Amino acid sequence: MVKSTTIPTKENDVVLLVGTMKGLFLFRSNGARKRWDVGGPYFPGRSVYGVGYDGREGRHRIWAAPASMHFGAELCSSDDFGRHWDEPKNPRIRFPETAGASLANIWQIASGPPEEPDTLYCGVQPAALFESRDAGETWALNENLWNHPHRTRWQPGGGGLCLHTILADPAGRGRLTVAVSAAGVYRSDDGGHTWSSRNSGVRAEFLPDKHPEFGQCVHKIVQHPSRPDRLFLQNHWGLYRSDNGGDTWKDIAHGVPSDFGFCMAMHPADPDTVFILPIESDGFRCVPEAKLRVYKTTDAGRSWKPMTRGLPQKNAFETVLRDAMGTDSLDPAGVYFGTRSGKVYGSRDAGRTWDLLREGLPPVVAVKAAVVARSARARRPGRRAA
Amino acid sequence: MPIEFTIPGPLRPLAAGRGRVRLETSPSTVAEALEALWSLHPGLKDRVLTEEGHIRTHVNLFVDADNVRDLSGLATPLPAACEIAILPAISGGKDELKIDD
Repeated sequence: MVKSTTIPTKENDVVLLVGTMKGLFLFRSNGARKRWDVGGPYFPGRSVYGVGYDGREGRHRIWAAPASMHFGAELCSSDDFGRHWDEPKNPRIRFPETAGASLANIWQIASGPPEEPDTLYCGVQPAALFESRDAGETWALNENLWNHPHRTRWQPGGGGLCLHTILADPAGRGRLTVAVSAAGVYRSDDGGHTWSSRNSGVRAEFLPDKHPEFGQCVHKIVQHPSRPDRLFLQNHWGLYRSDNGGDTWKDIAHGVPSDFGFCMAMHPADPDTVFILPIESDGFRCVPEAKLRVYKTTDAGRSWKPMTRGLPQKNAFETVLRDAMGTDSLDPAGVYFGTRSGKVYGSRDAGRTWDLLREGLPPVVAVKAAVVARSARARRPGRRAA
Repeated sequence: MPIEFTIPGPLRPLAAGRGRVRLETSPSTVAEALEALWSLHPGLKDRVLTEEGHIRTHVNLFVDADNVRDLSGLATPLPAACEIAILPAISGGKDELKIDD
């Protein structure tokens, strides 16, 4: 029987949350990011698409969403980097009876805006948004998005009808942006009470009308906190930037071998720098020319350059999925991604050079990086501090 | 012999570690038997049924040797004494959790 290992972790360490089709792994390194310890697998045998780290309010809380093919998906947390997991007897996230839906998977776990340190969001399949205002103790379906008149006409992408991206507004305006495959981008300007589609300029190659109001298969959106109105979008065919919070989108696929791809990651300090990993096509979901190349723009998408040093440049029939790339917050920035073939690569110089951190893992579906926050007494609202 | 559930290994932590749960009541259908099981071990419910009340795609319930999907589902009538087995399916089933985006 597989035995999970845990790794000691301390303040300022870099931690990678690596979700795979057969469990969660935790990578740990110090700020130098040269040597990595690997803990796990946690939840062996279960897929883990949704992962998150909450370092707000003194917490050191890892969130993970293991999904059993047999017994369903749930939301679990650990306050000690995997040594113990809180797996509630009754699932935290479930659709209300009135919704007429059942949870298939949890794709995304995201923090709320800075002024709401106890707010968390989950994006799930079938496509819906769940919200917690008490740091994850209790959750509720966002009924307003669920009851949006478009929703019954949303179509599932290849992975299912999922809400996979959640961007809380870093500017304190109550804005919330989400992305659904295949429905597109939806935005609320009033904290989730009302929602409208924001897909103007984004193509839907697979529909007769290439520019519908909704129905686009958006794969990922990223945003930098210092420029909250600028968004970058990797589409199912198409690479875009918006400078007005998603009201309109411009094609920025200049100099990439393919504008098809899944993942996208924002540089932690530079709002003009974004990382992507192009895929040849939706018919052949491997990197173009079997060369594993991360593409980087430093001018907000006006140009892109391949980052190849340390990455295999022949016979690399690799795929990197939508949540399998992340960045840390150090300087120079760390960039990380995991492949469907179970390899995890990392760069500690913002993409210039790459190292294979680990291979032989199950297919990787999620990579998120975090720097362990300064210790303080973690608390759960509603619970008396120990 | 009363009605007795067998609980698969992954779900036993939700049933106080027990592999068998005997009911003290006399339910007349599978649905009633499950309600009695939930009252003893509520955490089992959401792992066996979806929020919509359907048996999960990859879970099978057998009354003695018969899969209730081949009978009347949750409305399957029960004899006075039987074994109800909750078993993970060998799977296949519908594609709820595909890897491709």
